[in-house]
Amino acid sequence: MTSRRNDRAAGIGSRAVQVGFLVAVFILWYLATTRWGVNRLLLPNPISVWHQLLDVLRTGEYLPDLRVTLTELAAAFVLATTSGTIVGYFVSRTRYTMRVFDPLFAGIYSIPIILFLPLYVLFFGLGPASKIALGTTISFFPIVINTIAGFGNVDRTLVTAARSMGASDYQLFRYVLLPAALPVILTGLRMGFTVALLSIIGSETIASLAGLGHHIVELAEGMDMSRMFAYIAFVVMIAAILNGAVSYLEARGRRRG
Amino acid sequence: MSAAQNFLLRHPGMVRLGVVVLLLIVWEIAARWLIDPLFISPPSRVFASLGTVWNTPGVPAALRLTLFELAVAFAIAVVIGLVVGLAVGLQPFARRSLMPIILLLYGLPQITILPLFILYFGIGAASKIAFGVTHGMFPITVTVVAGVQNLKPILLTSARSMGASRWQILRWVIFPHMIPNFFAGMRLGMTGVLLGVLLAELYVSTAGIGHFTTMFTQNFDPTKLFGLIAMLAAMAIVLNEIVRRAEVRFGRWR
Repeated sequence: MTSRRNDRAAGIGSRAVQVGFLVAVFILWYLATTRWGVNRLLLPNPISVWHQLLDVLRTGEYLPDLRVTLTELAAAFVLATTSGTIVGYFVSRTRYTMRVFDPLFAGIYSIPIILFLPLYVLFFGLGPASKIALGTTISFFPIVINTIAGFGNVDRTLVTAARSMGASDYQLFRYVLLPAALPVILTGLRMGFTVALLSIIGSETIASLAGLGHHIVELAEGMDMSRMFAYIAFVVMIAAILNGAVSYLEARGRRRG
Repeated sequence: MSAAQNFLLRHPGMVRLGVVVLLLIVWEIAARWLIDPLFISPPSRVFASLGTVWNTPGVPAALRLTLFELAVAFAIAVVIGLVVGLAVGLQPFARRSLMPIILLLYGLPQITILPLFILYFGIGAASKIAFGVTHGMFPITVTVVAGVQNLKPILLTSARSMGASRWQILRWVIFPHMIPNFFAGMRLGMTGVLLGVLLAELYVSTAGIGHFTTMFTQNFDPTKLFGLIAMLAAMAIVLNEIVRRAEVRFGRWR
């Protein structure tokens, strides 16, 4: 009993530390801007950031940028998912192709692919095409590697058992291979989605004409600090919502699979 | 089965090499005859141009600067990750209360605050190092915390009952125990540092490689651009490989 009570007390204590930490950050931020005279161009007042955030949400001025970024993200993720799962499935069909291709993909995956951004800009221009191409490339690798791992590590006994009971190719795929591989593939898809989102916002920040990342840079260059902080908070919220939704879908898919 | 087939079956590495060579040949043919030379350059010409790129005034200095930024950022990230990881991981209360905050910060898309780094640290090396540090320190912290977390309490108790001092426990019980995790964290940290530094370099740069990638892109000089990027990719591969080797070497002492 006492240990449970202690646990609960410790739980409340750690919550209090977390809340206290956030409150302390805001108080320090507020004091820094109002009392200690930190330059407003370096750190805007938290209250004006809050008003700007409400203004951004109310006016809906983010809609065109959000549409650009989400379109790029959707296109890149669909391309990477299609190519990654198809290539991964065919590579996983024999031990031999796995031993040939798996180290190749893993090797390329360890290079920071963002390096090739200047080449993508050269090939595809400053518009959405270069973001889609980069996002596709970057998210292709976690997806293909996890698809290979998923299909490649299905228990041999399951396959043999299904075959000996007379399962057709389609039945083997639908009722044995896919359910066994799905959890690993879904993890790859979630990783691919996250890196696609990050690389698209990143390439918009570095070189682009439109999109959420582009707008942050525009505000930064205009030295419109409170609005920029508000916009950063907005983009972080969007990213959190998207990643949360994908994690939720992954968990659901696992239970179904 | 013929001897050649047999050889290839036993050496998948040779086939892998063949795939890479085949891709290079396709690229060579496409670049020479099919695609506008303003945009792509055949691998043979890129390879031949490596010397020219190296001799472009400023390029060796830019590569050195980028390597310097990577090294400093990695060193700072390792120190911060280790200190914060030990401080947070060794006390159950600190771990329970601070880990959610650390994981929350780790999950933020840091790329959105890149313009702030430039604003605070300027367009020189400092902003690249800072951005690399914030990308690298979180994976190290998280793995160090995980490393000291699964330490068996009996080890601590027995060390203490045999009269080990605080420092001796840290040096002989905790430290060896978290070494495998620490090196795994360093590998992840290196990936993060490379990403952070290169992102900041590409975003704005006056003397680093970002300056030259922008210049070669704007001059439609794909040969030099490919050459420079190949050099950077080689640098990234070597750095990753050093950390990976260290992980394999020190990660399996048990």
